Amino acid sequence: MSKKTLTILHLYPKDMNIYGDYGNVLVLKRRAEWHGYEVKVIDYNPGDDFPEKFDILVGGGGQDSGQDRVQSDLQKIGPKLKTMANKGAPMLVVCGLYQLFGKFFQTQTGHVIKGVGILDIETFAESERLIGNIVTKSHEFGEIIGYENHSGKTYIGNITNLGKVIKGAGNNGKIDKTEGARYKNVIGTYMHGSLLPKNPKIADWMISKAATNKYGTFDKAKIDDGIAKLAREHASKRPR
Amino acid sequence: MAKIHSVLVGKAVRHVARLRGGSGSALPGLVVEKIDKKFVENSLKKLPRGVVIISGTNGKTTTTKIVVELLESQGLKVFTNKTGSNFSRGIAAALLADMNARGNLKADIAVLEMDEAHGVRFAEQIQPRYSLLLNVMRDQLDRFGEIDHTARLLQRIAESTTYGVIVNRDDPRLSNENFLKDIDADIYSYGVSSELINQFPSDDDMRTLSMEKREKLFERDDTCLKTISGKTATISYGGKTEKVSLKLGGIYNVLNAVGAIALCRQILGKNMDEKKMLKTLSKITPAFGRGEDIMVNGKTCQIILVKNPSGFRLGLKSFKPDGVSTMIAINDNYADGRDMSWLWDVDFDSLKENGVCEISGSRAYDMALRLQYDEVNFTHVDTNLSRSLKSFLSAEPDKPKRIYCTYTAMLEVRKQLGKIAEVKELG
Repeated sequence: MSKKTLTILHLYPKDMNIYGDYGNVLVLKRRAEWHGYEVKVIDYNPGDDFPEKFDILVGGGGQDSGQDRVQSDLQKIGPKLKTMANKGAPMLVVCGLYQLFGKFFQTQTGHVIKGVGILDIETFAESERLIGNIVTKSHEFGEIIGYENHSGKTYIGNITNLGKVIKGAGNNGKIDKTEGARYKNVIGTYMHGSLLPKNPKIADWMISKAATNKYGTFDKAKIDDGIAKLAREHASKRPR
Repeated sequence: MAKIHSVLVGKAVRHVARLRGGSGSALPGLVVEKIDKKFVENSLKKLPRGVVIISGTNGKTTTTKIVVELLESQGLKVFTNKTGSNFSRGIAAALLADMNARGNLKADIAVLEMDEAHGVRFAEQIQPRYSLLLNVMRDQLDRFGEIDHTARLLQRIAESTTYGVIVNRDDPRLSNENFLKDIDADIYSYGVSSELINQFPSDDDMRTLSMEKREKLFERDDTCLKTISGKTATISYGGKTEKVSLKLGGIYNVLNAVGAIALCRQILGKNMDEKKMLKTLSKITPAFGRGEDIMVNGKTCQIILVKNPSGFRLGLKSFKPDGVSTMIAINDNYADGRDMSWLWDVDFDSLKENGVCEISGSRAYDMALRLQYDEVNFTHVDTNLSRSLKSFLSAEPDKPKRIYCTYTAMLEVRKQLGKIAEVKELG
């Protein structure tokens, strides 16, 4: 019997890759392999043919120039992404693409950039940057450990957050103490570091959703996360 | 003219600070700048050949060292900030150390390494005659924000330069029309031949101009690294090609040397004694921690500073792991950068075959985790650097050693090695 396959779509790796976003793709790929799946990674860049099928989507953060370059392409593929999200495809969007998965991003000069509207969030650019180590707590994933670096302040509407901030700034600094946003199996977050290596629970959750969507079940293997556990312990003790 | 009394006070503070056991780096500079705000500016303005600034993400310290030694080979007396202290008060302190009590600096020219942020403030105040711009890579994003922002800082340094700006034409952020358009000074370029370009991984979200287009952009005088084999390089400039054997290891160090030559050629013009320059070049050793070799227990221990993805990738590409015992030390102090994301933008496949002997630093486990996902084996992990170093040195006594380390880890490694081996003092 041939192996079960999972396909990861890496959204805009050329333009939106500034905070080790490849780390998230690599962790999903390796862990899925360790769980016994065959993994295919598709890089999607502006102008490429959008793949008909994929099981997991990962997108990262970019500089302003990178965001400008993906902007019109993102509007073009937006409806397809929305359909996939509504069908329950697991997606992880970090920083820049987190913002653009929302309703809009307003620049400091008041210019409004339309998002694809998968997440009910609104983001406003501000001059102050929120930078440093961050720890949050989520009901589903426990403590989430990462690093944030963003000047956009995000306010979430009628959806749940990814976690409550224990240490750090989160979506908008001190205002509501939330970090990230959730919709169906879509996770949006400012947390990189990269996010998935030190938070393997989230990675396995995404893989299990993808496998269940495609095959009805998830065959979980036992993975030794001893190093990840130690990396989490040390990271959470580091200064902001 | 610098006020004589401020020089005297500064020198006295420096003396006291040294007696108290400090390196005497910042405090005297701070004091003298309190008394005389224009101390640095006025002191440097008197230099007959003015000020040169060397800036960029990677290679500042090595390149500055090379430029200083090349200029000295031509009989110039050079003032420089050897300890790499970027701050104005660090430079004030270095000035104090080199001045006589009357405030006279015995130097012809100042060659200063500056990070982008300090470089801008300094360049706008002092207006350097020449600036050498090395590259813009991802580094310390938590401090400067974004690389496009960093490129803009370098652009402002170039715009404040009065005689000549020397630019790495292979860096896509530096070799584009927008970057160059408002520079009043003459623009010169340096870089590598098209055969070598693939050996320099760049950060990837850049849309690079083709070689042809870049050559058009820089129609002026170019200094080019043509070929490199082992430690022998051929370098072409001014219509001729020269072959040099080098003590500098690592292709990036050689490219820095080419940038240094491009700069020195403009500073000296026709008066450059090329024979002497090339002879000096062949003897230059890397700056501390930049591919520096230290002899420990009869074996070479090579120290390679890694600060950002491109630097780490270049290091792994330049130094072959076969037969060498490898250690990696990753700290996350302020000077290293607190964000560990950058480790995920480095590909560690080249270490797969030989594995990694030791992992250390405050973020040793982040590094170990990174290797785990590239399926690279490692033997030992310890966040305590001095303990870890001991275990590393005794693990495979017959093999030469190589340590990749972040900035503060490098300082600590050198300090620890200094206890058991001969290590050159900084500065």
